[in-house]
Amino acid sequence: MCLAVPGKILSITDDNPLTRRGRVSFGGIVREVNLAFVSEAETDDFVMVHVGFAISQIDESEANKVFEYLKKMDELSEIEGASS
Amino acid sequence: MKYIDEYRDAESAKRYSDLIHSITTSPWAIMEVCGGQTHAIVKYGIDELLPKGVTLLHGPGCPVCVTPVELIDKALEIASRPGVIFCSFGDMLRVPGTKGDLFSVKAKGADIRIVYSPLDTLKIARENPSKEVVFFAVGFETTAPATAMTVNQASKMDIKNFSILVSHVLVPPALEAILSSHNNNVKGFLAAGHVCTIMGYTEYEPIVEKYHVPIVVTGFEPLDILQGIYMCVKQLEEARAEVENQYTRSVIRVGNQAAQDIIREVFEIIPRKWRGIGEISASGLGLRNEYASFDAERQFGITEYSCEESSECISGLVLKGVKKPHECEAFGGRCTPEHPLGATMVSSEGACAAYYRYRNTSLKK
Repeated sequence: MCLAVPGKILSITDDNPLTRRGRVSFGGIVREVNLAFVSEAETDDFVMVHVGFAISQIDESEANKVFEYLKKMDELSEIEGASS
Repeated sequence: MKYIDEYRDAESAKRYSDLIHSITTSPWAIMEVCGGQTHAIVKYGIDELLPKGVTLLHGPGCPVCVTPVELIDKALEIASRPGVIFCSFGDMLRVPGTKGDLFSVKAKGADIRIVYSPLDTLKIARENPSKEVVFFAVGFETTAPATAMTVNQASKMDIKNFSILVSHVLVPPALEAILSSHNNNVKGFLAAGHVCTIMGYTEYEPIVEKYHVPIVVTGFEPLDILQGIYMCVKQLEEARAEVENQYTRSVIRVGNQAAQDIIREVFEIIPRKWRGIGEISASGLGLRNEYASFDAERQFGITEYSCEESSECISGLVLKGVKKPHECEAFGGRCTPEHPLGATMVSSEGACAAYYRYRNTSLKK
């Protein structure tokens, strides 16, 4: 029920703050989405969409952290391996 | 799809599973709050990748499941009235009240429509000025801004043939109800990533301090959940209790201010009854006086209902993490997704329904 799906903004179709809307592509399936809660999101940005509303703009720099942590752990174990 | 496929990578999942094994020295019971997370955990077998002592308990975060029987009965009564178009998210149609479900009312000729977004109901209201259009507003903090925005737009556009049957509930009071319960088993929480996308996680900071339990804001993909479990176990092993954020690509500490503003504009905090749990104070949202004309209960003069839940159903204990679905005598026999006895079997995000769908059929009676 609380699921949200990531999608890419293709165009902004209404820039009025309360009714801000855009066309968003979900892996090729395009839907009109309300963008009033993500006022800074622009064309080509990715947003999380829940029941027709974008609830956040995906932070690209944070999106890799789950993998960066694994890399960091690899480096640590290499250092530990080399020093033992 | 970008931001989905990479978080289902099997090799990285194995790495996180190994990391969890490497730091675990004691048994820990961790509750994932959200039904979407429960569904992903059971579907991908994430609980089976964990050390034996690390148990996942499935929390109350399925709004379809916890909507009280009384509200389902109110929905059935309103939807049955002539001249009404009753709109709902699809998963509410199968939820049993005392006298059937919305599907059975639809089969008798009621105009019940499944909508993708609450905004769709405004379009239906404008296209059907001689009908009363009612939206069944169910959901946690994730969904509340969408409902609030819809009511706000209806008010601005002066749409008079539109109202909502409100069943919005809030997560933090439910966590406190679980933690203060005498039979609480939960040692740490994975908080619901999309609820926190809206609300941020400042509300959890006093809970962590009061009950000394770690809370990790966690996403919904397998790697998110595994990393969330890893962060939670790490805190438990190090005797720390903090709010940490795994889901940083979507969640910031203060949440989405514009979404919170529209919730506060339209709704106020009220007590709500949770199916399987009972009434929890300050755990739900109701329309403010300024928006009372959009309240379907008032509009249709619906009186208070009270009804008993099945005494055989243990969903209250499942929702609090005290029992697992297959520990129920009725599971898979007298209680199935087609004929659910209670809360946790009614929606695909309920723990019982997820176990029924994805787990070994030998569990079924």
